[in-house]
Amino acid sequence: MILNELIEIVDGYLHNEKIDGSIQILGGCGADLMSDVLASIEPGAVLLTGLCNPQVVRTAVMADVAAIVLVRGKIPPPQTIDLALEEDIPLISSPFGMFELCGRLHKAGLPSLEKPVEGEQDCGC
Amino acid sequence: MASPTQKRTRIITDQEAENISRVEELAYEIKVNEVMTKDPITLAPNMHMREALEIFRQKRISGAPILAGKDNLVGILSIEDLIRCLMNTDLEASINEYMTTKLATIYYNDPLVEALKKFVATNFGRLIVVDQDQKMVGIITKGDINTGLLKALEYDYQEEEVRKYRASHLFEDIESDRTSLILRYNIKQGDFTTGGQASSNIKRALVRLGAPKQIARRCGIAIYEAEMNLIIHTTEGGVIRVEIESNQITIDTYDYGPGIKDVEQAMKPGFSTASESVREMGFGAGMGLVNISRCVDQMKLESVWGKGTRLRIRIFLDDRSKESEENES
Ligand SMILES: Nc1ncnc2c1ncn2[C@@H]1O[C@H](COP(=O)(O)OP(=O)(O)OP(=O)(O)O)[C@@H](O)[C@H]1O
Ligand SMILES: [Mg+2]
Repeated sequence: MILNELIEIVDGYLHNEKIDGSIQILGGCGADLMSDVLASIEPGAVLLTGLCNPQVVRTAVMADVAAIVLVRGKIPPPQTIDLALEEDIPLISSPFGMFELCGRLHKAGLPSLEKPVEGEQDCGC
Repeated sequence: MASPTQKRTRIITDQEAENISRVEELAYEIKVNEVMTKDPITLAPNMHMREALEIFRQKRISGAPILAGKDNLVGILSIEDLIRCLMNTDLEASINEYMTTKLATIYYNDPLVEALKKFVATNFGRLIVVDQDQKMVGIITKGDINTGLLKALEYDYQEEEVRKYRASHLFEDIESDRTSLILRYNIKQGDFTTGGQASSNIKRALVRLGAPKQIARRCGIAIYEAEMNLIIHTTEGGVIRVEIESNQITIDTYDYGPGIKDVEQAMKPGFSTASESVREMGFGAGMGLVNISRCVDQMKLESVWGKGTRLRIRIFLDDRSKESEENES
């Protein structure tokens, strides 16, 4: 799926002005804790998240994320937008919630890029 | 409540950190022969110690190579040797009784950092600089290195162009041979706005240096997790130091508190002491250290509760890394 298609499906607003809409999105991953993202996401994915601080963009840069979608119409603070522009990562606000977004994208054929985290999964609580 | 203007003497400022890393870079750029003393004053082994003392005093030197004949290097005489002689009130002795015959040499085309390493390892005050035929071409002291580095820094500020050239030259150097690049960042506690910048810069540097994507990604993730831990869990922030060599990347992060009570527990997936407000910002899954261990080839986490924490990690750039890249694609 290319970026422009994705934006249409999520009814998204793109914060970046100049972005190549034809870049390939290989899959998706949804998470609200950055270390969970870094633990599981594979390169080339769209990251769906409820967070909108600049660290979302940092995390995306580290994990070679192809695009970020902020759920539930969240408008990010200027620092986040600035950083996304600087790092040239598409930053999109979508009015839908996390579940709805995952459903829509999955239905449109976008696979999950959340790789299973191997090893003991003792969550420590 | 601790006042925000409280003095933080142990943590270096950004400017200092920048200067330090610049000095480290320069130590890789400047060659021994650029700062060494050429044609040093030499002595002969059969001269008396009294003459040596006189020459040291007149010429204000603290050591000299000893040549037998025209250019046969047999030893080195230092102030320490002279002091030993004075304590024995033995100034009539000949130099060869007091000189040091163990010689530490350095190749004239080596970068200064090689000389620094030798100084640290041997405790010698001076090194004999030799050319490709092992012939002495000069001597170098720690003082020569300091002067050389200071001059270069001064020059740096005047010559923007030269600096640019130097930087690009440095990268070529790293790609092609054994030298390494050291990057150093001072990380501020609680800085969620610029937090992650150090990791981004390092990742970018790696990509520019031609590191495989997969390696750059693994390094980026590991350093980012370490950086965020410094921001979130420390009292005063800390330091990240990265050494990029042609075969490996070594990352050293350290801070001065509060330390970790139980390191084994901290390493467990899901364990976190992060506060609710930190969790709201997206941290505190308790997966950071686990992620680091998955991304790197070697990891060592040491901590003393009440003192500080040190995390050292290493990523190899050899076959192992290529293997995992193949699995990935
Ligand atoms: N530099 C440090 N100084 C003090 N404590 C630390 C440091 N690094 C880690 N810790 C402790 O180890 C715990 C586990 O760290 P880890 O990075 O795995 O998880 P986290 O930082 O709590 O959450 P996450 O990294 O998933 O956002 C932390 O909650 C903290 O108690
Ligand atoms: Mg962490």
